[in-house]
Amino acid sequence: MAGSDPRREWPGASLARVPYWVYQDEPNYHAELRRIFEGPTWSYVCLESDVEKPGDYRTTFVGEMPVIVVRGAAGEIHAFENRCAHRGALIALDDSGTTGSHFQCVYHAWTYDLQGSLVGIAFEKGSNGRGGMPDSFCKADHGPRKLRIATLHGLVFAGLSAEAPPLEEYLGADVLGRIRRVLHKPVRVMGRFVQALPNNWKLYVENVKDTYHASLLHTFFGTFRITRLTQGGGVLVSPDGGHHASTTIARADDAQSTAYREQGIRSEKERYRLADPSLLDAVDEFGDSIQLQILTVFPGFVLQQIHNCLAVRQVLPKGPNAMELHWTYLGFADDTPEMRRRRLKQSNLVGPAGYVSMEDGCVGGFVQRGVAAASEQLSVVNMGGEGAESQDTRATEASVRGFWKAYRRYMGE
Amino acid sequence: MLAERVSQLNAEYARAIDDDRLERWPEFFTDPCLYKITSADNYRRGLEAGLIYADSRGMLQDRVAALREANIYERQAYRHLVGLPAIRSGTNGVVHAETPFLVVRVMRGGAMDLFATGRYVDTMVEDGGVLRFRERLVVCDSSRVDTLLAIPL
Repeated sequence: MAGSDPRREWPGASLARVPYWVYQDEPNYHAELRRIFEGPTWSYVCLESDVEKPGDYRTTFVGEMPVIVVRGAAGEIHAFENRCAHRGALIALDDSGTTGSHFQCVYHAWTYDLQGSLVGIAFEKGSNGRGGMPDSFCKADHGPRKLRIATLHGLVFAGLSAEAPPLEEYLGADVLGRIRRVLHKPVRVMGRFVQALPNNWKLYVENVKDTYHASLLHTFFGTFRITRLTQGGGVLVSPDGGHHASTTIARADDAQSTAYREQGIRSEKERYRLADPSLLDAVDEFGDSIQLQILTVFPGFVLQQIHNCLAVRQVLPKGPNAMELHWTYLGFADDTPEMRRRRLKQSNLVGPAGYVSMEDGCVGGFVQRGVAAASEQLSVVNMGGEGAESQDTRATEASVRGFWKAYRRYMGE
Repeated sequence: MLAERVSQLNAEYARAIDDDRLERWPEFFTDPCLYKITSADNYRRGLEAGLIYADSRGMLQDRVAALREANIYERQAYRHLVGLPAIRSGTNGVVHAETPFLVVRVMRGGAMDLFATGRYVDTMVEDGGVLRFRERLVVCDSSRVDTLLAIPL
């Protein structure tokens, strides 16, 4: 990459080495917002059911760009920048709500239709023949930026660039199938939480893609034998590297495995039993023995199935050193009371207080703080080789390398 | 006085957590029970999921065991400030109360931050001559959690 700052050089073509400045550098962060989040990618913005009826809206972000997602009169979904064309104020101030046929900016009452087009200017013709906008001012030439919308199995994605391929093509058939596997019928929101993380957004995305860490960092899993690297499963990486789906499959011979004990790893040493094992009273609701499936869509979407605990997570960058993770816990609309209760209990596994996810809240910060003086040093991402292809093991960092493959392409490296 | 007993229960509860005597924490509940941490927004909308959801004393014990033996988090402690309970009703040995709280989290490096504010929405009953929580809903004012929530509120 061209540039006078030597810290911004990548060390070479290898996907297995990542310079630490990518988690710190301010100009690089702003380039990411432009080239990735506002570039030819698709960002998850909400569920279709969040904007059920005409006029229903949600506010969210694509990168750092504030966005309104709204259901139009004919049932179509629109998204546009939450920024008044006049002085730039936020147009909508609530997380969600219902409006009639338009939005009105509180500052000077400029109004927008549900497509985000500027349709009204207060005192446009002035007052008593004085003041007002010049005759040459054309409302159609002014308005917040409009985003493309694509829906998929109840998920709404938005993108700013006309260059992004259609969403299905962007995801590829394999990842698409993995989304369909989980979201095969209408969902119901069970709760929402926001987790503020003290790290660069990419450290979280890497963590989600990193199948290697799961049973090593999250010792709850190991102790209760919920997942082990020695279980069946693997990682699917999309051809462009950006998306992934990792799976864990129940395997009968796991109970005899001694791989962890032989390596003396922490998660094997301490063993205890649940006083109330109803937490793990899971059912194979998808009928395919896949106990866990973690899926990412580049740049910042996660779909999670951990037993019967379903959630989507939205990664929102908030500066080079901070991000927010927006959790939406899901069930299905036709869940029985037993299934609902099962999901509520299993929700202990995930989220900011999750038995197998609370560590993900702090480990990104450990890296961010650890590399504070090491911007020119390199992270090692070598498990499972150098490539970014799908592998039938989870003792690999293939999907992390896939992330960097896609990242470097979008950033023009 | 009922209000005094409820305040005493709240005080003992907060002390057990802040003094890192978490093994005592399940004893403040009946078995079965309901302990849930949620947000005011979820609570208002009737969304049931919690950050922590336990419906038995065993599940509370498991939470403590996981914190002690499995979960990884930087050393930290809480300081609870618990307000006066507003007793909604107290008939037939069942007490409904709402109590505001504020929790400061103290990290190993010394950082002290306002970690959570909210209200306890409680149902308490006489259980073996002691007042215990049959239900304690921890309704946080904000939906946002900084970094992680390890120690219960």
